[in-house]
Amino acid sequence: MSVSVQLEDFDVGAEITALSAGRTDIGAVVTFTGLVRSTAGGQDISDMELEHYPGMTEKSLAKIEAEASTRWSLQASRIIHRYGKLLPGAKIVMVATASPHRGDAFESAEFIMDYLKSRAPFWKKEGTAGGGKWVDARDADEEALDRWD
Amino acid sequence: MKVLYFAWVRERIGLPREDIETNAATVAELVTELRAREERYDLAFSDMDVVRVALDQELSELGASLVGVREVAFFPPVTGG
Repeated sequence: MSVSVQLEDFDVGAEITALSAGRTDIGAVVTFTGLVRSTAGGQDISDMELEHYPGMTEKSLAKIEAEASTRWSLQASRIIHRYGKLLPGAKIVMVATASPHRGDAFESAEFIMDYLKSRAPFWKKEGTAGGGKWVDARDADEEALDRWD
Repeated sequence: MKVLYFAWVRERIGLPREDIETNAATVAELVTELRAREERYDLAFSDMDVVRVALDQELSELGASLVGVREVAFFPPVTGG
């Protein structure tokens, strides 16, 4: 289990390799990667600025990861979330989960992403022709948590 | 007490953090105190439905007590991922 909040890009393949290095008990690794889109709500996006709350961010991600490992049989997990200025196409976030069988890996990865979106202190500001615009939180993201109750 | 602001709350108030001397017993009282200070605070906290609060880096509520709290943060609903 580990969490990184960083400016730098990351390599998904290298992360998967590291997650299962030296182990033969892992049967499934699921990864989710979130990317910056070039449009939002019909508007062109030139860049995305991600702000976070140093300290609380790392704690909240570690808490979500720990909660996932109590609910599913996880052998390893990894969360990477970037901050700073990102261009369309850039990777924003990666969640990887490893378990003996795929069911636990799939479900726990979704659980971590759902909680991350509604609980981890990150804020996105989209660069548009009309200037920077803070992204509004979506009700659907909050509602996505209900299925895990 | 250390008070931090993020995203548009930070922009409206015009600073990321400050040290505040307060006798406010709850988050709501602190907000009332800040709003009375200056217009930029009043503007930032005009709709508390879209402001979230964390106490010592844990999500909390407006009605929560500030007793023993060292760090308060105000920010909009989060939009990471």
